[in-house]
Amino acid sequence: MGAVSTERCYEKLKSKATEKIESLKQKPVVWIGTATCGKAAGAVKIREAFKEEITGKGLDARVIEVGCMGYCYAEPLAIISKPGFPTLCYGHLDEGLVKRLVEDFLVNDDPCFEFAMVALESNDFFPTFTDFPRGVYEQKIILEHCGFIDPEDIDHYIDREGYAALAKVLTMKPEEVLAEIKASNLRGRGGAGFPAGTKWEACKKAKGSVKYVICNADEGDPGAFMDRSILESNPHQVIEGLVICAYAVGATGGYFYIRSEYPQAIRRVKTALQQAREKGLLGNSILGSSFDFDIEVFQGSGAFVCGEGTALVNSMEGKMGIPEHRPPRLSTSGFRGKPTVLNNVKTFCYVPVIMRKGADWFKSTGTPSSPGTAVFALVGKVANAGLVEVPMGTTLRQLIYDVGEGIPGEKKFKAVQIGGPSGGCLPKSALDVPIDFDSLQEAGAMMGSGGLVVLDEDDCMVGIARYFLEFTQKESCGKCTFCRLGTKHMLEILNDITKGQENELASLNILWELAEDIKAGSLCNLGKTAPNPVLTTLRYFRDEYEAHIKEGCCPALTCKHLITYFIAPEKCSKLCNVCVGSCPTEAIYTREDGLKAIGQEKCVKCNNCLKACPPQYNAVVKLSPPELLKEKESELK
Amino acid sequence: MLKGKSSKSALIQITPKQNRNLFLKGMFLMELLEGEREIIVEHVDAILKNYRNDRENLIPILQEVQGRLGYLPGLAMEKIAKAINIPAVDVFGLATFYNQFRLNPPGKHQIKVCMGTACYMVGGQIALDSFERRLNIKEGETTCDRNFSLERVACVGCCSIAPVVVVDDIIEGKVTPTRVDGIMLSFETDSQKKKNEKEKCEEEGNQLWVQFLQKDAMKN
Ligand SMILES: Cc1cc2nc3c(=O)[nH]c(=O)nc-3n(C[C@H](O)[C@H](O)[C@H](O)COP(=O)(O)O)c2cc1C
Ligand code: FES
Repeated sequence: MGAVSTERCYEKLKSKATEKIESLKQKPVVWIGTATCGKAAGAVKIREAFKEEITGKGLDARVIEVGCMGYCYAEPLAIISKPGFPTLCYGHLDEGLVKRLVEDFLVNDDPCFEFAMVALESNDFFPTFTDFPRGVYEQKIILEHCGFIDPEDIDHYIDREGYAALAKVLTMKPEEVLAEIKASNLRGRGGAGFPAGTKWEACKKAKGSVKYVICNADEGDPGAFMDRSILESNPHQVIEGLVICAYAVGATGGYFYIRSEYPQAIRRVKTALQQAREKGLLGNSILGSSFDFDIEVFQGSGAFVCGEGTALVNSMEGKMGIPEHRPPRLSTSGFRGKPTVLNNVKTFCYVPVIMRKGADWFKSTGTPSSPGTAVFALVGKVANAGLVEVPMGTTLRQLIYDVGEGIPGEKKFKAVQIGGPSGGCLPKSALDVPIDFDSLQEAGAMMGSGGLVVLDEDDCMVGIARYFLEFTQKESCGKCTFCRLGTKHMLEILNDITKGQENELASLNILWELAEDIKAGSLCNLGKTAPNPVLTTLRYFRDEYEAHIKEGCCPALTCKHLITYFIAPEKCSKLCNVCVGSCPTEAIYTREDGLKAIGQEKCVKCNNCLKACPPQYNAVVKLSPPELLKEKESELK
Repeated sequence: MLKGKSSKSALIQITPKQNRNLFLKGMFLMELLEGEREIIVEHVDAILKNYRNDRENLIPILQEVQGRLGYLPGLAMEKIAKAINIPAVDVFGLATFYNQFRLNPPGKHQIKVCMGTACYMVGGQIALDSFERRLNIKEGETTCDRNFSLERVACVGCCSIAPVVVVDDIIEGKVTPTRVDGIMLSFETDSQKKKNEKEKCEEEGNQLWVQFLQKDAMKN
């Protein structure tokens, strides 16, 4: 009886949603990406401009806010759908372009192909995603709907098969659901890649009538934003996954742990939860079944270590976020001492799709040991920065050169940093390493949070290692001596190296030893992985460390203390005054012979003059080690 | 340790980890201004009414207090401790453990420099240095007139226009020292204009802060 009514309940929701979306499609719609990345690029202004133009022209068209499509480099973005035309996506919008699009496309039927980026479905006029290299490699499972649906309207998600998996699951036995997830070999996307099915099973078997499911959205890596993007673009898919998990393990309460730095994600999740309750997808007797479950939002307070399971639980209980010894694992004794499942946002996001399409379908993507896809925030020196989803097993080269379209300018690739503060830097020789949990670990990096930073010849590897270590050092909770003091000692050595105050090569051995000790002597993975950025750079870029120490020279010309700025007299035009005006500390002056020169005692090395000097002269150069300056100056005399 | 009228000092002992965080947060508790004390008490009492006296609610309470007052005054922490019936040091410990909480009032204008990976790599530090130079404060501090506060934040999500600075919720991309000068200049001309209009009430930056709080109190 339950099964029938559940199906009927869902059918009703679905047909209502479809009706609404169909009627929406009868009229022109402008979909604007207003996730944080879009807003940062000025999407709010663009939204207002569209609204104003549309009302001004008296058009019957709607403006709808959507999330992030992953093409962050082209924000602000809008998709325009008009009956009778292919749905087109426009990037790099400004107010002038908005005027033009409304006038030419919405009023006059000219889709302005010259400004369009891509069409959403195949047509005879304009290329679609799959006609670009990025589209060939990308395969979207969890980002499928991100950027194409209104995250604040549940009907958009339901129309796209949303909550169908939940309806199906509620007619199954919890054991069957668990078996399906286990069969899919879904591995946790929070960093360590622990099989989700195993975790769920342990919690299911644990004794007790009160159990919790928590979604970890404490994304603390300073360069990653996948979880935020998903929560802002399609919160319902995560909610659906969480409810399915709760059904499988028999949980009684659910939580989202979202960091408070993500106000928009928090707002959208709360709205989504409310709408799900109104539709009977949360709360008592979900979809007419006998299953009761509800979810609350807890705001994290900005401590990286709270991403760690036991610390997260402590912080939810109103204590300091300090990790605890395991066992007991969370699955037997977690939040309030009850059995708890903790999974990452992305992990939950896969669950509805697996339940709908089956474990075998899921395993057909990716590699046998790491099935499915990998989601990365691709940033740094790469042409098409943004959010990408590729099958596991894609090589780094394909990801950087095909999906990201390579390195901008004429610069050379140097390294790629994967996994944020717990990951490592891989050199050119590792470009053909396939991306999956185990291969990356072997190469010395880690899947980690999913930040992927491309570095080119202008980036100093010692500086990067120092940057990440400084981060973990600050975020160390201070419980373990090795993590607290060891990282500090390492940071001091690295500081000295980047300042040119370290001239013993032996310090590199000390760094190495400290790193090994910290790995061995720390309780949680924050300490265990904190030395990774240093270890990998030492392994692959030892020559850069040595240049800093032996010659006082930063080969990438970035360490502030090891460079000086110099205006090459043979290149300086004498007549141009740009650099003088650009200097914020008035360090640049005009010599008697008309050449410009830098007063070194005033120079703060802000790089402004180098950027300001017109490209036809390119007279400002950086010198390292700084002693080179004396040579150059004596040449001048 | 706790300065200002509110403190019953010597109440609180500080661990090394907290001490470091205090330092990072530009720690020295600022003096309360005329009228501030009443506003704090009023807000905190109102917030506490909405929560059960349960330790699990401690972080949400602190978040709400900070949401309303802009920071966590020592007085507020003591009141909360009493309400939940835990030692004040526990509240203080929490407030210094988590990066979100600030113990000093924010400036009227908040400047946040992104130090996420992408921004750091293309000159986030240079932007931060420029602000420190212009404002004559270090990151985590507020200027004496409480007009500006300077912070570093992790990725704000627009790495493609790095380095990024958020000035009063307006995002500035590709920030160079020249742009920093431009931003500061626009504030200066703004305040100059206002000054001419309403010389009297603008005289004291301090006065403004109280007004701001009072306005806020009325809103809630
Ligand atoms: C210092 C530290 C920070 C972490 N940060 C996060 C995080 O931000 N998000 C996350 O999902 N997992 C994070 N983790 C991993 C979690 O501890 C946990 O393994 C994960 O949430 C489990 O979910 P999964 O099985 O779906 O990966 C972190 C771990 C450590 C040690
Ligand atoms: S790192 Fe600064 S916006 Fe992402």
